Amino acid sequence: MAGQVKSIKEIPREELFAPGHRLCAGCGIPPLVRIVLKAVPGPKVVVTATGCLEVATTIFPYTSWRVPWVHNAFENAAATASGIEAAFRILEKKRGIKRPKIIVFGGDGGTFDIGLQALSGALERGHDMIYICYDNEAYMNTGIQRSGATPRGAATTTSPAGRVIPGKMERKKDLLGIAIAHGVRYAATLNPAFPVDMYNKIVKAASVEGPTVLHYLCPCPTGWRFDPSRTIEVARLAVMTRMWPLYEYEDGRYRITVMVKKPRPIEDYIKLQGRFRHLLQPENKWVLDQLRRDVEEFWERLVRLASASE
Amino acid sequence: MSRLVISGNEAVALGVKLSRVQVVAAYPITPQTAIVEKIAEYVEKGELRAEFIRVESEHSAMAACIGAAAGGARAFTATSSQGLLYMSEMVFWAGGARLPIVMAVVTRALAPPWSIWCDHNDALSQRDSGWVQLWAESVQEVLDMTIQAFRVAEDEEVLLPVMVCLDGFILSHAYEPADIPEQSAVDSFLPEKKPAPYWLDPSKPAAYCTIAAPDTYMEFRYEMYRAMKNAERVIKEVDEEWCRLTGRSYGGLVDCYRCDDAEVAILLCGAWAGDAKEAVDILRRKGVKAGVVRLRATRPFPTEDLRAVVEGMDALAVVDRSLSPGLPSILWSEVRAALYDSVKRVYVKGFIAGLGGRDVTPGDFIRIVHSTLEGFRRGEPGEVEWIGLRGGESGHH
Repeated sequence: MAGQVKSIKEIPREELFAPGHRLCAGCGIPPLVRIVLKAVPGPKVVVTATGCLEVATTIFPYTSWRVPWVHNAFENAAATASGIEAAFRILEKKRGIKRPKIIVFGGDGGTFDIGLQALSGALERGHDMIYICYDNEAYMNTGIQRSGATPRGAATTTSPAGRVIPGKMERKKDLLGIAIAHGVRYAATLNPAFPVDMYNKIVKAASVEGPTVLHYLCPCPTGWRFDPSRTIEVARLAVMTRMWPLYEYEDGRYRITVMVKKPRPIEDYIKLQGRFRHLLQPENKWVLDQLRRDVEEFWERLVRLASASE
Repeated sequence: MSRLVISGNEAVALGVKLSRVQVVAAYPITPQTAIVEKIAEYVEKGELRAEFIRVESEHSAMAACIGAAAGGARAFTATSSQGLLYMSEMVFWAGGARLPIVMAVVTRALAPPWSIWCDHNDALSQRDSGWVQLWAESVQEVLDMTIQAFRVAEDEEVLLPVMVCLDGFILSHAYEPADIPEQSAVDSFLPEKKPAPYWLDPSKPAAYCTIAAPDTYMEFRYEMYRAMKNAERVIKEVDEEWCRLTGRSYGGLVDCYRCDDAEVAILLCGAWAGDAKEAVDILRRKGVKAGVVRLRATRPFPTEDLRAVVEGMDALAVVDRSLSPGLPSILWSEVRAALYDSVKRVYVKGFIAGLGGRDVTPGDFIRIVHSTLEGFRRGEPGEVEWIGLRGGESGHH
């Protein structure tokens, strides 16, 4: 497909996301934003839901964005994008202005939870936009509270690992399953340890007319409690343990883009992170087993869907 | 120009069409729904070249209008009651973001108890949102005000969103004859919207609605406050210009009826001004020098115009179709604050009436005027009296 790359060296060098922002050292967000702005060709407009990305990159009078950018609260980035897309459709018809691609960035709170209705509406209406969820698996901007994206067993400030309840007891929502059920033509998972896979998926999403949804694992050294120098290592382990399968859905077909034939034990991923550390204690083995079952079940379902697509 | 018999809701839709609105995002709610149904029809028939976004909620309706206006388009929505409260976060956002959106608010009581009938608590609950709030009395005024609202909103000295408030059912579903201006006349008054001055211009990247620390936040709010002051002048100018075009003027911020020599006046906003005017005609025939002061704008609040109008009057009856429990009523409090610095302070008595659509007749207004004059003569405090309360105020403990 046009615009796709085989190696990281082919990724354009132009940076539309300027340094100097206030995101934490080791934050997983900048690698995503930089690559998105490189991979989406032509004019673009960015909408960002309230969250880490918004507060850390646009402290008035500064901005890290070298593209038009707007923030309109927390739960409605997709609805805002609908309006922008409609405005540019009119400008295109009446004034011949080339219609930009609308790119939305929302965190997991703004996507899985409070923003799900607005996202559902926008997907159902079919607006031309790339919706990207940067999923750091909790409300990090407000100080690490549990969200619908927090994996089972993880400790947050509102699901602390206590003696009675050892962390979050519920399973993570299947965001892409929800998006795909809306009939989107393209959806995919992304991971910063696999930049070529990520770049090529964004290129594909940008080529689709209509809504597409990308789901990015966004390691958060502050909330997950790991050494900020190990962001990419943690991200890679998420894939190698099958905690974060890399796959894509395209016009009814599923494809696992990074096949993990021999997975590493999930303990390899978990033991690097303070949020999961309590799961390694013998009395919490049952939670760890449940989490392992979640991971196995999802992977098996994905393999079935992918093989049915062949 | 043609003359048609149309409803208040149709007048809004027609005003939207004549204003060549580019993006409409709306969600159904009684009694507003007929507006967006009519607009949908215009779009489907090709009579209005606009994008119509059938959003999944009022919150998203205003969010989409914010996106559309930020994208440079002329944007419109309409709502009522619970819908307005549901979108309230975005209503305040549109004000703060200084986006010239126009919204028709077909005023309706708030629940519980559930009510689909008219009062003003929905619109007035948003009075600090940074929206210009205009109130219509007739179907003709609804049509004219809708068109004027875009001129006010888009004026570069204003750049604030504008609410056109019309009474649920009483005006939204009332059919009256109205003069429909020619499209060419409206085009000369309100040219097609250009994406300016501030928008998500792909050739000039800028960031909007960023975070402002305590060292910059207040200045943004001060600019909004200044813009609202500017709106006082712009609303009047637009009213005058519209009059030159159509021969119809409504008096800018305040519409005065038989006020020149009035000793007492009824002050209110909305469609029931018609009943108040009828009451005044009856009172005049009986020798009571009464008038009606109708607020066309509650934001900006017409403090100076109001002082000038009531100068020389003995007493003012402020009739609220809304309630602020503990205050107890909104216009009464605002009018009293506005007149506090008058050289000769007029006596102001408050009334609460017509909540949840309870009928208020010219007879009620006559009683209101008499009660006000009595309070003035006896030197009683101008406290708030409930009108038409079953069993009276003493019967409700």
